[in-house]
Amino acid sequence: MSYTDAFFYFFAALTVGSALVVTFSRSVIYAAFALLFTFLGVAGLYVLLQADFLAVAQIMVYVGGILILLLFGVMLTTRVTNAEITTGTVQGLPATVVVGILLGTLILLVSRATWNVQESLPDVTGTTTEIGERLLTTFLLPFEIAGILLLVAIMGAAMIARSTDKTKEAA
Amino acid sequence: MIESYIPIFLILAVAVVFGVVSANMSWLLGPQRPNRAKNSTYESGMEPVRTAHDRFSVKYYMVAVLFILFDIEVVFMYPWAVQYRNLGLYGFVEMVVFIGILLVGFVYVIKKGALQWD
Repeated sequence: MSYTDAFFYFFAALTVGSALVVTFSRSVIYAAFALLFTFLGVAGLYVLLQADFLAVAQIMVYVGGILILLLFGVMLTTRVTNAEITTGTVQGLPATVVVGILLGTLILLVSRATWNVQESLPDVTGTTTEIGERLLTTFLLPFEIAGILLLVAIMGAAMIARSTDKTKEAA
Repeated sequence: MIESYIPIFLILAVAVVFGVVSANMSWLLGPQRPNRAKNSTYESGMEPVRTAHDRFSVKYYMVAVLFILFDIEVVFMYPWAVQYRNLGLYGFVEMVVFIGILLVGFVYVIKKGALQWD
């Protein structure tokens, strides 16, 4: 086992382990914090797949952004102390049947699929330069359209904030 | 290629180990004679009032949403910055257009007063 394999198993264990915490944690806030490590583990896996730009984007957008938003959402909406999810187990038999069928299908798919396995990774020296090159030449229009999409999102967020202010004034 | 990530991984490992060790070291080495005053929440000498687990103002959410949007802008700037020398003036103008589009949104947000903290 090479050290690359060791890194893979480390990041895979981190991802799966923290994902299990997200799933089984009864506190929303603990689940949100565990999600941090899931995102981090996925970023590590991206690095091992030589997708360095994707790893950076994953850390910046998901770990740095989406997760903050998620935590803010939890802190805004619920009283953190009362944020225990107590879900009872209902419909046990139908759920077992449905989940069993789903699991069987997935196992069947995984075992029958032809995995495109290669002995070694092609030697790529960083994807970021190529992405930068293509983004501003071949894919210039989609790039600028992405800018407009972000503009629309900014305006939408401002509109929502505005409307909450109005309801505050009316009340 | 993978080898170049080892320093980053080392920094990550050192950060985690340092955090865990220093957080537990004071518990391990320090004397433990707790009393009521010591166990109360430190609030710069003030008596703490109400619970710390309070709901946050929705205004923080607005800041977080805007942060993500400008965060994504930076993600787009990263590959451009790497290729800046090769793309030259052409790339510079294109990025100015891109930032210009987002600047319109920023001006709109300020004009709307969405960032005002009243």
